[in-house]
Amino acid sequence: MSYIIDRRLNDKRKSTVNRQRFLRRYRKHIREAVNDAVNRRSIQDMEQGERINIPRKDLSEPIFHHGPGGQRSIVHPGNKEFHQGDRILRPEGGGGQGAGDGQASDQGEGDDAFAFEIDKQEFLNFLFEDLELPNLVKRHLEGAQTFQTKHGGIVSQGMPAKINIVRSMRQASMRRRALTAATRRRIRDFKAEREELLQQDQSPQRQARLQELDEQIAKLERRLDRIPFLDTVDLRFNHHVKVPVPVSRAVMFCIMDVSGSMNQDMKDLAKRFFLLLYLFLQRNYEKIEVVFIRHHTSAKEVDEEEFFYSRETGGTIVSSALKLTRDIINERYPVAEWNIYAAQASDGDNWNDDSPACAKLIEEELLPKLQYFSYVEVMPRAHQALWDHYQNIMEKHPAAFSMAQIDEPGEIYPVFRHLFKKRMEDA
Amino acid sequence: MSFLSQGSDWDFELLARYDEAIADIAHNKYGLDTYPNQIEVISSEQMMDAYSSVGMPVGYNHWSFGKQFVEVEGRYRRGQMGLAYEIVINSDPCIAYLMEENSIAMQALVIAHASYGHNSFFKNNYLFKTWTDASSIIDYLVFARNYIAECEMRHGVTAVEETLDSCHALMNYGVDRYKRPSPISAVEEKRRQREREESLQKQVSELWRTFPQLQPATQLREENDTFPAEPQENLLYFLEKNAPLLKPWQREIIRIVRKMAQYFYPQRQTKVMNEGWACLWHYTLLNDLYDRGQVTDGFMLEFLQNHSQVIYQPPFTAPFYGGMNPYALGFNMFQDIRRICETPDDEDREWFPEIAGSNWVETVKFAMESFKDESFIQQFLSPRLIRYFKFFQIDDDDRNDYVEVAAIHNEQGYRKVRDALAEQYNLSIQEPNIQIVRANVHGDRALTLRHQRSSGRPLDDDSAREVLRHLHRLWKFDVHLESVENGSVVSHYSMPPEPAPTVSS
Repeated sequence: MSYIIDRRLNDKRKSTVNRQRFLRRYRKHIREAVNDAVNRRSIQDMEQGERINIPRKDLSEPIFHHGPGGQRSIVHPGNKEFHQGDRILRPEGGGGQGAGDGQASDQGEGDDAFAFEIDKQEFLNFLFEDLELPNLVKRHLEGAQTFQTKHGGIVSQGMPAKINIVRSMRQASMRRRALTAATRRRIRDFKAEREELLQQDQSPQRQARLQELDEQIAKLERRLDRIPFLDTVDLRFNHHVKVPVPVSRAVMFCIMDVSGSMNQDMKDLAKRFFLLLYLFLQRNYEKIEVVFIRHHTSAKEVDEEEFFYSRETGGTIVSSALKLTRDIINERYPVAEWNIYAAQASDGDNWNDDSPACAKLIEEELLPKLQYFSYVEVMPRAHQALWDHYQNIMEKHPAAFSMAQIDEPGEIYPVFRHLFKKRMEDA
Repeated sequence: MSFLSQGSDWDFELLARYDEAIADIAHNKYGLDTYPNQIEVISSEQMMDAYSSVGMPVGYNHWSFGKQFVEVEGRYRRGQMGLAYEIVINSDPCIAYLMEENSIAMQALVIAHASYGHNSFFKNNYLFKTWTDASSIIDYLVFARNYIAECEMRHGVTAVEETLDSCHALMNYGVDRYKRPSPISAVEEKRRQREREESLQKQVSELWRTFPQLQPATQLREENDTFPAEPQENLLYFLEKNAPLLKPWQREIIRIVRKMAQYFYPQRQTKVMNEGWACLWHYTLLNDLYDRGQVTDGFMLEFLQNHSQVIYQPPFTAPFYGGMNPYALGFNMFQDIRRICETPDDEDREWFPEIAGSNWVETVKFAMESFKDESFIQQFLSPRLIRYFKFFQIDDDDRNDYVEVAAIHNEQGYRKVRDALAEQYNLSIQEPNIQIVRANVHGDRALTLRHQRSSGRPLDDDSAREVLRHLHRLWKFDVHLESVENGSVVSHYSMPPEPAPTVSS
């Protein structure tokens, strides 16, 4: 007799762990592929899975096997024209082929790459692995954000699902004892008296008294029986309360220069940088606000759509954006409650006297409020005034300020990683 | 009798009815001896899981299984390959997986093939009887999985992975070819494991004791005294027992991989026979069902179409030719034995006097029980089959710039072709013959292996170096591999690599 079992509902993902082990082992290859993909992809389809190719030789699991050469005999099926003793010139380069089933696997079809897909989640995981917002600290209690359910003691009202049985039974037991104590004492007294009477010689009075005692005892025992074993007043319920949990609130200011000196390529570089940043924040930080600011001679707060796709342009006054940032912080993001970050991208080209003003603004007004300020310069040429001023700031505030330069698309991702890589805890 | 079903859909009740009908024929008419069956219906995703863990229902975690899964999954999704219809496990009860996508005709084919064909092979072939223990394998796999998971917790995933990588590289050299292994049992393993960890370490330390001046008695061993006394073919066993610096848990892992290798060893030696036997029985059993009027013409057509695809042997000129199809060779050989028994002609009487005209069921059972691929072909490949397959033998000698047709399917060629084909399934010839000959226990602790070349066939250089690297990881001291032909060393590999000899001017 055979057993027939339906296993279709069992876990389908038995291989998940092995797959993860595989990805872990080839992390380097996958990182490279992810890196390439980020540079190659257009802004629109950044968030997708990716096809990974790994050279087969890197994947091989070596075993001892014969190499080409030596003398061997091989039997093939399907002879049509050969006779015994026929000689055939050895095909070029094919000397060592077909050594039989024993080692067919390592002499495979000659695909030189092992290709497989990683999905969107895995792609982003690899993309943003080991990255974080630096200096994220301030925790804030806020009304409707997150709650944790905690045990809140025992109450006498509640729903049946939450009955605390032990406490309810203890309560019932106490009530029963309290309510029956007097009765039980009287029963005890009557019984003692009856015992005493039974010891003595019988007489009509004593007989009558005995009868009376029996009736009393029976009556009292009936009264005892009427005390309920468990009453509604005994019921006790577990109580749970929702406790608000402090959360780290963070806001990121994305400040992009869209002035006329930025050509299309530079704008594209800057946009790609911010897109990466935006994806990273969205993915790794649930509760984060992003403020998009674009500026030429004047700065303007815009939404995501306009930030990435609008084509408006003009001259350059960088400080306008920094001032706007300061104003928005003062208006909406109290420093005590918010972790505030800013990322700025520009070609470094600025109105003559504006750069010192920018440096002053950052150092005196913004940095005290900010957790971290990062600046990327998208320009393949020599640095201009803004870079030098910023460099001074970086030397003074290495933990809170960093800057880097991006010349070509291939550098965006490394620079991004550099700016947001996980640091060791300072404290 | 009436049809068991019309149409192509299946349900569990129907599977049971087919199983019962097939079992009736298999047991009562042909007397097949099987383990009880456990038939499990799974989805295609689960089939891919089963694939990538080499068909084991429980396996330890390792990246190489993940690699296999990723590859199978990718190719399946792109439509480059279909999944096997079934996977069957040599266990008691014998577990067979059916895929839910299959029609009832396919399910019946798989039940006959796996649950009665492979099953009876596992239970009765002498290699399986000698080398594997079907009743304890599942427990042992669970033990292995848990033990390795525990090691990962204690010693880190990376350390365990490295050890496993090295063991896998040597897996083919982890079997005793001549000595019967002791049966494995999970309970026993667990009980003895602690004990073994301690005593093993002690034994190893004893071997490597290096206080000769304190204990003059131990110095009696001569310097040129070789250890091991005889060459060791089971490399993993030797490492488990003698590698000087391995941790007890690493020795346990070697042991686990070794046991797995031992378990799979018979399957590697009986591919043609095992598949041939299973095909013979699905073909015979389903035809019997048809003769009894229990299945429809449509059922038979679907079955026969699949059957003929499975046993198709493309000629060597076909673009997708990839060597012999073990299903084709095995099925045709067993069918041919049946033919020789039932309707022998003069040629058969000359070549197979002892089986011509005998009871075919008894004869195929005898063949199945007592041979492995190599000896089975040597014993039973008939001239008629050589003509049927149009076999020809190519001699390839690297000293010539041509290859020679040494034999074809004619009177002079039959025996040569048969010998050559049998040789092709001889694992000890297909795999390089490598043994441990010396462990320098007194000096630098170097380990020396010898590759005995046959027919001038060299080792593949790159893979040999890679494997040596793994060997070195386990042995932890210098490892040398000499490739020897006619008593002289032809090539030499070392890990760590020896500096190139300085050229004297």
